[in-house]
This record gives sequence, structure tokens and C-alpha cells, in this order.
Amino acid sequence: MIEAKNIDFYYGDFHALKNISMRMETNTVTAFIGPSGCGKSTFLRLFNRMNDLIPATRLTGECLIDGQNIYDRSVNVDELRKNVGMVFQKPNPFPKSIFENVAYGLRVNGVRDKKFIREKVEESLIGAALWDEVKDKLKKSAYELSGGQQQRLCIARALAVSPSVLLMDEPASALDPISTSKIEELIHSLKDRYTIVIVTHNMQQAARVSDKTGFFMLGELIEFNDTKKIFLNPDKIETQNYITGRFG
Amino acid sequence: MKKIRKIFERIVESILTVSGALTTITILLITVFLFREGFGLFGSSEIEQGYRLCLNTANPVERLSSRQIMQVFDYQIENWQEIGGPDEPIVPFRFEEIFNYYSEEEMGADYELLPVRLGEYIAATPGIIAFVPEQYAPEGMEGVKVLHNDHISPADFFGGREWVPTATPAPQFGTLPLIVGTLLVSLVAILIALPLGLGVAIYLSELASDRMRGILKPAIELLAGIPSVVYGFFGLVVLVPLIQRVFNLPVGETAFAGSLVLAIMALPTIITVAEDAMRNTPRAMREASLALGATHWQTICRVIIPYAGSGISAAVVLGIGRAVGETMAVLMVTGNAAVMPHSLFEPVRTIPATIAAELGEAPAGGAHYQALFMLGCILFVITMLISVTSEMISKRQSNKGL
Repeated sequence: MIEAKNIDFYYGDFHALKNISMRMETNTVTAFIGPSGCGKSTFLRLFNRMNDLIPATRLTGECLIDGQNIYDRSVNVDELRKNVGMVFQKPNPFPKSIFENVAYGLRVNGVRDKKFIREKVEESLIGAALWDEVKDKLKKSAYELSGGQQQRLCIARALAVSPSVLLMDEPASALDPISTSKIEELIHSLKDRYTIVIVTHNMQQAARVSDKTGFFMLGELIEFNDTKKIFLNPDKIETQNYITGRFG
Repeated sequence: MKKIRKIFERIVESILTVSGALTTITILLITVFLFREGFGLFGSSEIEQGYRLCLNTANPVERLSSRQIMQVFDYQIENWQEIGGPDEPIVPFRFEEIFNYYSEEEMGADYELLPVRLGEYIAATPGIIAFVPEQYAPEGMEGVKVLHNDHISPADFFGGREWVPTATPAPQFGTLPLIVGTLLVSLVAILIALPLGLGVAIYLSELASDRMRGILKPAIELLAGIPSVVYGFFGLVVLVPLIQRVFNLPVGETAFAGSLVLAIMALPTIITVAEDAMRNTPRAMREASLALGATHWQTICRVIIPYAGSGISAAVVLGIGRAVGETMAVLMVTGNAAVMPHSLFEPVRTIPATIAAELGEAPAGGAHYQALFMLGCILFVITMLISVTSEMISKRQSNKGL
């Protein structure tokens, strides 16, 4: 379970997230929607402390994963990131072979057992629905894959370190419709084992894949509820306007 | 209006095309000139131009290598037996010595009898080897024969171990000590500069705070612009005495001093280029690695450095290029003894230093002059090989995406 309590976040003087609180249950898919620059990606990146890399940022409030405040001093950021996988907007495989891309997370975590790595790579690629397409060319460069395949490779790479949470930052925005639908199917099939949080620009996508949806605007969480409710009968007028395309 | 603009664009385009073509042609012409002058060397004779070596006809020796000739005139070989002749002591004879045996009158008013006197003396001395100007050579006289004059051979040039271009009668153009000197000094310089340079580049790009980088980066770039004589001067005044004292050497002007100065000079280039390459690693790569639980250090070693591989190899090549071709600073601190180095702590002479030091004294068109051009060709080939190799490495890297 992921829980945010009274989160405020600043880029320098810019107040990017304003007093946000929400809960995401284990093994559900939560979607964040909202206009560009509303803070949904910033919020997502709080959960694996990716925002730590950006200088001059400030956070107040608490971020809890399974009851543990991940911004606590005692938390090891590298361990946290192993538990909270992330898939980025653009496919970003390493300039290495397909196999090495998936094995990377294991290797940096000190796994030396070759048999274990091989099994884990296969399992992750199967999990990311890519195994059949790449099983004969694992030694080939990841750059020889198509954009959609690369993105599934990045998902496989994230799965290989056995996280419990998967953060996806617009994972299909750079892909064609067929690849997008494959990613969406994949999200469905991963739901049983992972807690998934996905940021998307595409409202249909949010409606198709998520159980719950949060609508962000100008750094505020306007509404957070069951996906069905958000799309069919939202409480707030801003949500209504955004979803019906009157603004955004 | 539109027409005028079109014409104007045409003119600019043609100016650019012409300047591009001219530049290319000029560079090609320089290369052609270099090689033409250089290869002229192998058409020159071993013996100094305009001179002959004459022997007594009783002597069966027909030809001698330039090295043998030098040794004979240096009294290192003293008997014809050592070089395939009869058991007879060698009498090296320089043309001026004839005045010790004959009076001015006997030479004739305009020295017209000089060849005759030379011939007489040679015919009377069985062990003689006489070094005489062409115009006075007693050719065809009884008892005199002219030693066969070979061309300078590539084997002597590339394999010779002695560089004495001003030796008479046979200058020695053995470039091996110079090639070895150049490679030794450059190699050690790179071995010093590369780890240091990459270390500093990693520090600047990954570890330094913005403020620190703001101070260091411009300072390092400034170092790249300091003229090499200044580095040479620094090396001469500071490093050379230091090396002499620390290693307790008779002279501080050694290959090691050259390597140190070169390393210092190559550092700014290596640092700047490598740091740029590393900073150009996309943020997405860093984030991908960190998001998988890799530490900062693992990310540097496994993602950033491999990603910046081609940039880093460019840095290496630029560094080596600078080291191999650097002239002035090396000239000032290496002691310039053109002998085969046996250790890092002996004076050496590099190819560029040789060219710079000797070209002014070499008569244009002579063998020495051509030999210096040939050295230029060697330098050219060395640097070309280095850049082709690095091109191949970085191409293979990017093809495989590994």
C-alpha cells in the first residue's frame, strides 16, 4: 500500500505540488491524469525518490510505502528503488545487448549466479510479453528493437529486480497504437502481482487500464476516486470539463 | 527582390564550395609535397654529395655500407680484413691532408695538378681510403679506383641505430632511436595523463558541485591555451632539476621529463573532451540505471563511461596526437641525444624535436633535408594510424550498441 500524506513539493520557488494526500491499495492500478505541467509526473517520481536528482527541490509531508516513510533518514535509496521499479516516458534501454539490459538490475545488485540470472531474464521477458520476439537474439543490441519492443524491454528490465511497485510515466506516449495496446494488455496482466501507478495523457487509456484515477490540475489533486466514477460521474466541475475535452 | 536574394545565395554557396575545395586541395598538396621530398632521400647517395671515395686498385673491396664508412673514418675499424679486404691497415685520408705531402708549387697555379698528385698518393698507399671532392677526383688514373656509391636504403633509414646527419664522409640517417624516443616519451605521457585525465573528467562531470565545476572547468580550459614553450620553460626550470634531484641522476633532461611535460600538456584536452562526452550522456540513461537500484558509482562505471566511450576515445586520440606531435616543450626538456634510450631516465630525441632543431641547418635539397622530411612522413603515418584505429574502435562500438 502506498500512502501520501500532505505532500508539498517545490522546484526552487515554484510550488509544484500542493498539499496532496492519497492512498493506493496493493495490487491495483492507479492512473494520474491532468493537463501538462499539473504535477502528476512530479508526484509519481516522489515514490522512488527520482526527484532527489534534481537540484534545489524541497519536499514536505510524508510518503509511505507499506507503512515506511521513504524519505526517512534510515531509508537506503538504492534498496528503495529496487522495490519501486520505474518505466519512463521514452524507451531508454542501455546501449547493451537485450540480455544485458534485463540482467543489469541483477548485476548491480551483486547477483553472480549465471543460471539464476538466465532464468530471471527469461522470466522477466516472458512477464513483459517480449520473450517470443527476442528469444533468438538476446545477444543483439537493444537498439535493434522497435520502439514498442524497447519499451517492453524496459518493463522487463524493471521486473527483473522483483519490485512490488511499478511506476509508469506515460509509458505509451511515444508508441504507435498497436504497441500501446500491447503495453495496456501487459499492465492488465501485471496487476495481480504488482501495485501499478501510471501517469498518462490519454484519458481512454486511463479508463481502460486503471481501477482508480486521480485528476491533477495546477499542482493540486482535484479528485481521486474509482475510475468508473471519475469518467462517468465526476464530483468536480473541473474534472468534468477536462474529461469532456472542454479544456486541457 | 526575390531574384536578388537568389543570386546572393548562389554567390555565397559558390564561395563556400570554392573555399572547401581549396582547403582540401591545399592539404592534399602539403601531403604530396611532404612525401615527395621525403622519398627523394632514397635516391641520394650514401656519401656526402659532391664527393668520392677512392681506393688503391690492389684493394679488392668494391663497396662499403655507410655505417662501415663512418666506422672507418672514426678509426673504429682499422684493418681491411674486418670488412672483407686483405690484411692491411686502413689509412683514412681526407683531401686536405694532401697538402702535408706536396708543396703549393707541385699543385700547379690553379691546383690543376691536384688530381694527379692525389692519384699518385693513392697509388702509392695500398691501405688508403681517400675522401675527395668530385672535381679533383683522380678518376681513371692508374692505381686508383672509385668505391661504389650506393643509394641510401630504406633498411638503413628505418633500421639504423645511429642518427649523425652531419658525419662526413657518410652521414648516418638511422631513425630507430628517434622513433623509439618519440614512442617512449608519448606512451609514458599517455600512461600518466590518461588515468589522471579520466579521473578528473569523472570528478568534474559526476561528483563536483556546481560551484566547484564553475571554477575548475574554465581554469582547465585556460590551461589548454597556454603556448607549449611556456610548458617547456616550466619543465626546464622546475621539473628537470626536480627529476635530477629525486632520482639522483647526472642530468635531469630525460625522457621522463619530456613525458611529464607532455602529460601536463595533454591533460586539459583529455579532461575537457572526456568530460563533455560524459555530460552528454542522456539523463534518461542515468535515471534508468538509478531506478533499478544501481548506486551512483555503479551508474558511472556501467552506464555513463560505456555510453561516453566514443567521446572518451576521441579524448585519448587527441591526447596522443598532441603528445606525438608536440615539439617545443619536448625539445626543451629531453636533452636531445639521438641515441637509443635504454631507460626512461636517459636523454632522448623525438622526431618533431629533431625536425625543429635541424631543419634550419640542413641545406635545402640535400640528403639531410630529405631525411628530415622523411621523418615528417613517419610522424604523419603514426598519427594517421592512431586516428584510424580510434575511428574503427568507436565505429565498432556504435554499430554493436555495446
